[in-house]
Amino acid sequence: MDAIQVDTLTKRFETTTAVDGLSFTVEQGELFGMLGPNGAGKSTLINILCTLLKPSDGRATVNGYDIREETAAVRDSIGIVFQEPALDEELTGAENLAFHARLYGLGKAERTERIDEVLELVDLATVRDEPVKQYSGGMKRRLEIARGLIHEPAVLFLDEPTLGLDAQTRRATWEYIRRMNEDAGVTVVLTTHYMEEADQLCDRVAIVDQGKIVALDTPEALKDQQGGDVIVVGLDGDAATLVAQLETQSWVREIDVTETEVHVTLELGETRIPDLVRIADDVGVAITSVELRKPSLETVFLSLTGSTLREAAEQTTAPEDGTPSDDRATSGPVEAEQ
Amino acid sequence: MSFIDLQGIYALWLRDVKRFTRTPSRIVGALLTPLLFLVFLGTGFSGATIPGLPEGVDYLQFLVPGIVGFAMLFGASFAGLSILADRDVGFLKEILVAPVSRTSIVLGWIAGGSTTAIIQSVLILILSIPLGFRVVSVLSIPLALVILALLAMTFVGFGIALASRFSDSQGFGIIIQFIIFPLFFLSGALFPLEGLPTAVQYLALVNPLTYGVDALRAVLVGTSTYPLAVDLGALVVSAAIMVGLGAALFERVEAV
Repeated sequence: MDAIQVDTLTKRFETTTAVDGLSFTVEQGELFGMLGPNGAGKSTLINILCTLLKPSDGRATVNGYDIREETAAVRDSIGIVFQEPALDEELTGAENLAFHARLYGLGKAERTERIDEVLELVDLATVRDEPVKQYSGGMKRRLEIARGLIHEPAVLFLDEPTLGLDAQTRRATWEYIRRMNEDAGVTVVLTTHYMEEADQLCDRVAIVDQGKIVALDTPEALKDQQGGDVIVVGLDGDAATLVAQLETQSWVREIDVTETEVHVTLELGETRIPDLVRIADDVGVAITSVELRKPSLETVFLSLTGSTLREAAEQTTAPEDGTPSDDRATSGPVEAEQ
Repeated sequence: MSFIDLQGIYALWLRDVKRFTRTPSRIVGALLTPLLFLVFLGTGFSGATIPGLPEGVDYLQFLVPGIVGFAMLFGASFAGLSILADRDVGFLKEILVAPVSRTSIVLGWIAGGSTTAIIQSVLILILSIPLGFRVVSVLSIPLALVILALLAMTFVGFGIALASRFSDSQGFGIIIQFIIFPLFFLSGALFPLEGLPTAVQYLALVNPLTYGVDALRAVLVGTSTYPLAVDLGALVVSAAIMVGLGAALFERVEAV
């Protein structure tokens, strides 16, 4: 049985279609990512799958339960971490977990045991009796992840789990997500607009734009579709002689020439930079710059939708407040090294 | 997801009680307004001839059940406000996505909101004793608690019904102010209703607080406008209507 089956699911609001005829499946135990700009419909999809919103059309099952007909069974079998923090700041970490455990019907013995277990899992055991308002952003996130796991759900939804966290905390949070996916064996569905997050964390990634899935595969396969690395060579002068020489090289896959640059598509670009520079030297062309571009999910998104994640977000939504300052660094279009 | 989920109700109740007892500032804040009314009106009008006041009843004796009822109204209205506050911070979603029926959630809130509102009312009652208030009999205390519980269910239910129709807590806060004070002034809490114009008296007849204050006066002071059975009957009906209304309206609230 697949963890999630979605069949031509659609959600229309008054003026927009947030989810537009989506179909996909998520396997059990998978760490599944949905990458797309803000406003692409990811959160709407999550809200539908966890029965908080009714779809306009289509159907979906979560753990085999129909999201329209069997809402209670769906809710029992999922955990969710919402995009905005949803903790009671006046209660302690352990009390927040106990509240949740009671709502999910856990008995006393099981409750105590599970609270200890999940607090251990996210390294919050030492601060369990501190009020949540004294927690840092990263600790709150971890507590929410722990809470999502208390009732041993088969599927855990994480809506932008690292939004607003600094780069270091973000990486640490990935570790926790990976750990519970492996240790607890829970299927994880996460949404993100950080391409690095989707790339490094997820087994498979669905690229979502304007309510549609434009591509779905492993991060490696998605990047492979881009045809390889690109070396961008900045030139001072005529490119023709260099291009002619490069075209004879077996390792060159494709060449694009612009006014001041030559784009060379190839595999393992970093190993060919010395060759390229030598050839340019030999034919007497002056190089002003060399840049290696590795394919990233950002470039995949760009080639599939014609805009960068950032541009797409700006088209659909106003710029968000509180966007972390390292946003640009992690989702920028060019990443020379991973 | 059973219709009535006792553990879920308990979880919501426990949360409300913990939050209440942990923030003394909130308790003081909730008690302050009723206490000001009690102290200034109670001492200021002591000995004054107030038309319609029952024979041999001091104004303070008359006033205390009214202020206790007011404290209940004040405390219960916070329950509705806390739902909207939960929505503001996103915590409402955490509750709504759990496998607990909406009815159970409403019952949990009513249990929690009633408990904290009853504690506030009882504190006002205790604070009125040093001011000179005398309860007619110790036996009247349990009966007073029953009356307070019915009033609490009525007004917390009303608060939930109102909160279900509102999306922002600020607007709700203003509306509540506009509802609380008319209900308070039109309940016979501060003065006997006989002095009011007849049309206004009819309004008082549909105000649950009128019966709550009258019933409290009956058991705490030993004087009342209506027979206690009538008061209790009216309170049971209003509590049932308001809890039902709160549950029905909250059932339709969109989660996101």
